Amino acid sequence: MSSVPAKKLSIKVIGIGSAGANAIAHMAQSDLREMTFLAMHTSGRVLANCATQDKLLLGLKLMRGLGTGGDPDLGKAAAEEDILKLKKSCEGQDLVFIVAGLGGGTATGVAPVLARIAKEAGALVLAIVTLPFEFEGVRRQRQAQLGLQRLRAAADGVICLPHQKLTKLIDENTSLIETFNIANDLLGEGVRGIWQMLTRHGLINVDFTDLCSVLRGRHAESSFATAQAQGESRARDVVEKLLASPLLEGGMLTEADAVLVSLVGGPDLTMADVNRVMEQINRQAENAQVIMGAAVADEFQGRLSVTLVASRRSPAVSETPRQEGPGTLDDASAPGGSARDFDNHFLDIDATHRPASRFLPPPPALTPERTKQLLAGQPTSGARNRKSSRWHQSQLPLEIVSKGRFEKSEPTVHHGENLDVPTYIRRGIALN
Amino acid sequence: MSKASSTVVGLDIGTSKICAVAGQVNEVGGLNIIGVGQAKSRGVRKGEIVDATLTAEDVRNAIVEAEQMADVEIRSVYLGVSGGHIRGFNNRGFHPVVSSDREIMEDDVQDVVKNAKAINLPSENRVVHVVRQHFLVDGQDGILNPVGMFGARVEVDIHVIHGNFNRLQNPIRVVKSLQVEVDDIVFTGLASSLALLSNQQKELGALVIDMGSGTTEYVVYSDGIVKHTGVLAVGGDHVSNDLAYGLKVPLARAEQLKLEFGAAIVDPSIKGQTIPLTNDVGPPEKSVNLEHLRRIMHLRLEEIFQLIARELEPAGLLNYMRCGTFLCGGGARIPEINSLAEKVFGLPASLGKTNSISGLKSALDQPEFAAGIGLAKFGSFEHKKRAEEHGSFAQGLKSTFSHFFRRGAKA
Repeated sequence: MSSVPAKKLSIKVIGIGSAGANAIAHMAQSDLREMTFLAMHTSGRVLANCATQDKLLLGLKLMRGLGTGGDPDLGKAAAEEDILKLKKSCEGQDLVFIVAGLGGGTATGVAPVLARIAKEAGALVLAIVTLPFEFEGVRRQRQAQLGLQRLRAAADGVICLPHQKLTKLIDENTSLIETFNIANDLLGEGVRGIWQMLTRHGLINVDFTDLCSVLRGRHAESSFATAQAQGESRARDVVEKLLASPLLEGGMLTEADAVLVSLVGGPDLTMADVNRVMEQINRQAENAQVIMGAAVADEFQGRLSVTLVASRRSPAVSETPRQEGPGTLDDASAPGGSARDFDNHFLDIDATHRPASRFLPPPPALTPERTKQLLAGQPTSGARNRKSSRWHQSQLPLEIVSKGRFEKSEPTVHHGENLDVPTYIRRGIALN
Repeated sequence: MSKASSTVVGLDIGTSKICAVAGQVNEVGGLNIIGVGQAKSRGVRKGEIVDATLTAEDVRNAIVEAEQMADVEIRSVYLGVSGGHIRGFNNRGFHPVVSSDREIMEDDVQDVVKNAKAINLPSENRVVHVVRQHFLVDGQDGILNPVGMFGARVEVDIHVIHGNFNRLQNPIRVVKSLQVEVDDIVFTGLASSLALLSNQQKELGALVIDMGSGTTEYVVYSDGIVKHTGVLAVGGDHVSNDLAYGLKVPLARAEQLKLEFGAAIVDPSIKGQTIPLTNDVGPPEKSVNLEHLRRIMHLRLEEIFQLIARELEPAGLLNYMRCGTFLCGGGARIPEINSLAEKVFGLPASLGKTNSISGLKSALDQPEFAAGIGLAKFGSFEHKKRAEEHGSFAQGLKSTFSHFFRRGAKA
């Protein structure tokens, strides 16, 4: 923060659901004071307990402030009911972080809607979400996967942090509270890392546009990792730590097509250090467009901190079998398929199958391998392309009043009325 | 003056018919109609040409008919223009009087008119008419000719009628393709008002509505000057179209029903009456409800009048028309249209008569010919003006001499 960019970025962190609200409360207490925080929930009770200043209660009419009871559809409905409030909360922001714990009703339902609205409001939308622990049950896992798919379609970038991976970071004796604190810390790290990257004035600057070029329009699955090291061999250590990070597991880095690296070191940061770090990362991510930044801060004397955002283009939607019904379980693309149905069955005119009903079937079961694969953030298909995430109002084939003789001539429009249409029709006078 | 040069022809290319009116200017400048030709128009929609080839053919037919009737050769015409793109508005020009004694000279008048004509029009538009209204001298209104008056500032109000250049060019091109020259283009509404109104009526104030098939033109006169003009691209065709749609009959049948059974007012006595639709083969297969027919017509016609009334209301013009409304064009033939107009405008309404013309009286006393006759009349005015200008040198000399002679005689 030693120097602030000329145009101050307005960043908003929005926590959705209980996990999101807790996480941003946690962040708000730490040093992330330059951003505005907003907690959203469908339950008034959780909001009342939340420590953040700004709060938004969603779906008051629908649920009377009692929460969704784990139903993402209710969450979605609540978000759509309060779409104006959501719009207002996203206005004028350059960057919107959506922090949520997927799996429950509110976060899973609201986050995709919010992401879409924030994006329409012109913000870059980064979602940092957690996936539930395995012990939370299969249904929550499925819901979380479905929510993740929708979020990927709507947000510019989604950084996914499966809780299950946390088990590798903690030892067996860690208390539940601590575990969740660690999870919240990690979410906070993510937000902080990106924020630092953007606001810290560097020697080699990484700015907002760089982040945009990595994320925007890719509907990318992004992964995020940060590591710090100190001492003599900090350059080597930090890369090791970074690559060992559970968040970069599953070839996230090797398959990435854009990587943003930000180094922060003390005044003693040497060229050799930078070289060493970048060499390693470049070797790992050989096919990626690597954007790097380096900054020097006094408080990092003797330390080196590396923040990395790896982003991978989502596979094209054409890989999703079209004819596949929503209930097909054998293929891994099923959650993607059902998400497609859910969002698009009004719009996909030429789809050969007809959606069974407006009722959204529960997400199909996944094979354990597939779940792992998804958790690692690399589905072979399913994320939808940018086009399909936009809502198009198609024209309904209603019978319109034929202009008869005036079909081919210029319409006579007078004070906004087309005078070629018979008067009695325009005035709505019935001929009985 | 030779006979050929004193012939003026008005050509009105309408949506349903094309009408050529040949007239002769007599010695005193009056117009004598000597021939009328008309042809069905096939290539015009809403007052604008959509098929130039068909229109050229129809124009030729109309002109040939007029030539035969009048026994003259038509070389040039005054062409009527209309269409939804034509607009009229008022503008005011200023000019400070610079001469030391503050006497307004002819130059000042020319300058102020020039200033008033400096209008900011869209680049694709062209002025059709600039009609001079009244002069104001130091804010004093209603001056007809300020030359010789004293004042520091002279202003003039003009009425400008303008339209889209390309769309104005279309009928001109069609006429020129027939080796007929276009003397001038005239806004059809203005031409109709020339044919219908006497000077006294213009002075008292009148509204002229020319309701054709494709367009409805209206012109407001008050205090002897044009106060307002306008075009609605709505007309009799719309009535037919509404009927075809509302009664679910073909357009040709709707047209026929309109002519046979149409009226502008829904009479309570017709409730429940039906009209059998006759068929060439076999018994009538269908019937339409007369009340529906009248109601559809009534609503459309009422709307047209209401749109005009709404247009005139802001300027408060409806209060200045003491002679009331004059209707012409094919729409004026609709039964009871004048009572509808009376109801909407709150003014006496009557069918316009082409009074101020001599000639083939019985053939001409029809509302459809008002525009054509007005065009010929406009031509006669121009002809007179031109003749005056042409003969100005010789005549000027002559008049000076005669002036002297008379003076001498007096003395």
